[in-house]
Amino acid sequence: MEQVRLPQTNGVVPLSALKPGLPARVVRIEAGRGLVGRLTALGLVPGTPVEVVSANGGPLLLSVLGSRLILGRGMAAKVLVCASQQGCD
Amino acid sequence: MPNIVCQHRILSASTTLTVALAGNPNSGKTTIFNALTGARQHVGNYPGVTVEKRAGTCKRGATTIQIVDLPGTYSLTAYSVEERIARSFLIDGKPDVVVDVVDASNLERNLYLAVQLIELGVPLVLALNMSDLAKRCGIEFDLVLLETLLGVPIVPTVGHTGQGIDELLNVVVAVAAGEKSSSPRHVPYGGEIERHLDELQGHMARSVPQLNGVPRRWTALKLLEGDEAVRAEVASADVLREADMAVHRLETVLGDNPEAAIAERRYAFISGACQEAVRSTVESRYSMSDRIDAVVTNRVLGLPIFLGLMYLVFQLTFTVGGPPMEWIESGFVWLGGAVAGLWPAGSESLLRSLLVDGVIGGVGGVLVFLPSIFLLFLAIAYLEDTGYMARAAFLMDRLMHKIGLHGKSFVPMLIGFGCSVPAIMATRTLESQRDRLTTMLVVPLMSCGARLPIYALIIPAFFPPAWHAPLLWLIYLLGIVLAVVCAKLLRATMLRGEAPPFVMELPPYRWPTLRSVTLHMWNRGGAYLKKAGTIILGIAILLWAMQQWPNLPEAQVQRFAAERADVAAETSQTEETRAARLASLRNAEAEAALEASLMGRIGHGLEPVLRPCGFDWKISTAMIGAFAAKEVFVSQLGIVYSLGEEQAEDSTPLRDKLQANYTPLQGFCIMLFCLISTPCMATIAITKRESNSWGWALFQLGGLTVLAWVVTTAVYQVGSRFF
Repeated sequence: MEQVRLPQTNGVVPLSALKPGLPARVVRIEAGRGLVGRLTALGLVPGTPVEVVSANGGPLLLSVLGSRLILGRGMAAKVLVCASQQGCD
Repeated sequence: MPNIVCQHRILSASTTLTVALAGNPNSGKTTIFNALTGARQHVGNYPGVTVEKRAGTCKRGATTIQIVDLPGTYSLTAYSVEERIARSFLIDGKPDVVVDVVDASNLERNLYLAVQLIELGVPLVLALNMSDLAKRCGIEFDLVLLETLLGVPIVPTVGHTGQGIDELLNVVVAVAAGEKSSSPRHVPYGGEIERHLDELQGHMARSVPQLNGVPRRWTALKLLEGDEAVRAEVASADVLREADMAVHRLETVLGDNPEAAIAERRYAFISGACQEAVRSTVESRYSMSDRIDAVVTNRVLGLPIFLGLMYLVFQLTFTVGGPPMEWIESGFVWLGGAVAGLWPAGSESLLRSLLVDGVIGGVGGVLVFLPSIFLLFLAIAYLEDTGYMARAAFLMDRLMHKIGLHGKSFVPMLIGFGCSVPAIMATRTLESQRDRLTTMLVVPLMSCGARLPIYALIIPAFFPPAWHAPLLWLIYLLGIVLAVVCAKLLRATMLRGEAPPFVMELPPYRWPTLRSVTLHMWNRGGAYLKKAGTIILGIAILLWAMQQWPNLPEAQVQRFAAERADVAAETSQTEETRAARLASLRNAEAEAALEASLMGRIGHGLEPVLRPCGFDWKISTAMIGAFAAKEVFVSQLGIVYSLGEEQAEDSTPLRDKLQANYTPLQGFCIMLFCLISTPCMATIAITKRESNSWGWALFQLGGLTVLAWVVTTAVYQVGSRFF
């Protein structure tokens, strides 16, 4: 049921596959404009640090810009993040 | 206005200022609004509670300040209803000053809206709210520097204590009077974007008039962002073509759509400003909150904790609510008696009957539930204001997702156990219209408080005590299951569409203030009270009239009168026997009168339709009454069984009658039908208002009634083979 994409070579993974507690940065959001607009307003833009606080199989609980967000799993799969300290290409 | 001494000379004597209050959900905007206006308003943690435009006024010297509370938004795009409302007010309402309430403990995200307000060119003042909480979290602000970096006056405030409100008003008045100049800084978008912004502005200056006093730069930005509303307003094919080309070029250069790039630059600008002017020494405001969440939203513990809390809520509602319900009930009985006593004994005044049976009986029957409904709302307000409800939505999301809704729909459904009217109003927190409609349509299946008296009458009449609790659970559960099935059906057919994305902010846990919780409860409970005072009153009178007319034929009236005279004349019997016989005669006459009345006739007319469900004309008649308010069913049944109102209250004689006339299966079918069928009049009215369409309201009415008929018939027809 859970769609886990393997980490790509450049270290970019969908948020839904990010391990809880691991600091990461948003790289890209692959979604329609309306969705991007809503996520943007909540602080999820490329470059923002993001962390998965908990993932129980349902929606994810995220820490973004000092607030806690709930994000549906489907959407989280569309948010690509980079978990590497060195950054991703 | 006479006698005006103006404190701020530049403003003319009787100035009225319009101030718009903008801000993120959960930024404490409503507390600031309350502190400014003293208005009775509610503060909640569930994002998006403030959907309506609320206004209030306050005085500052000779200046009247009208304050408009805009819906809480995170942004000024036109993606959600709230954002559109806020934006159009800012542009078309032309407020003199806009106060943006920003949560000091979550500054970066909150400033995103502020930056957009700056770009919109409105005279802006920032209220740095919850500055006490931020200080406790170890956040320090260099306000002077932050003011310079943003170019906007900033006032630290603490909404719930009223700290800083005075200063905020001073600054607002000063900005309006032009005494305080603000020189807002614009976000630098960097070479490529800036170049296109300039070009577009130049193009617009040549071909289209300035939109509504909005800076051209803003319009150009919105065009690059692809904002549909602005595109429609610009309406120049030339400019739009130019904009499309710019967007296309930017996409190639930036490797991303310009909207995302623009947002990124805004955040970068904010982040830069915060790095300079804000110093944070301690961990986030979430440290405590996260620890609670580790337990409360835990995969294993989350659901049991939630169910336990709900159980507590209902327990509280019914145990604590019990005694006051009895007081209200006896209060109305007393009132009915007192009013009836104004007429001489035995008089058949129509007005007396209208007041006692129609008005007092009808409205009283509804008001009896007030204590438990208020308690339920109190508990829900408490859970909302602490922030727990948002967690409940999170927990329920997985389940709700399966029926094509998301976690947020859960709260209205929960309120539906109290009363459908405020529950349907609570669907306003849902952004997607499809979600809202689906939730609204199925909410009446959540067995509301008014249906409880029906179960309380029926269950003990037909079933042994050991079955009582499980049967009650079964009925509630059936409602939930049907709601799930219906929601799924609706989402698959009439309201098809992709499940809306689920994004929601989880506010940190807070201790709710008593004031905000009680206000919240009062607002919702007030909706119920209003329903009792208006719709229910009207329907009660209508139903009363339907029971009164047409009158019993004169011949029958005379026959009853003659019989009464006979009984009275029989001196051979004791006083008591005669009184009993007189009473039973009166009841028989009442039954005959009801049967002759319009309602009785409709009930008779419905009998063939409802027979497959196992109902006779008496039950059918009572069902019509249930349309006014579900609990009216009980008193109606009392009348058709010629027990008179007083004895119906007691239930025991009525239960005996029911037991003698119906099978347990029929009893169960009555409950089933009452659970599913025709939501009451008030529900239909509120659905009409909230969906803004009679079509949906009537669909709800028809759909649920047909569903009730189908389900009840199926149960009765199958059941009667076995029992």
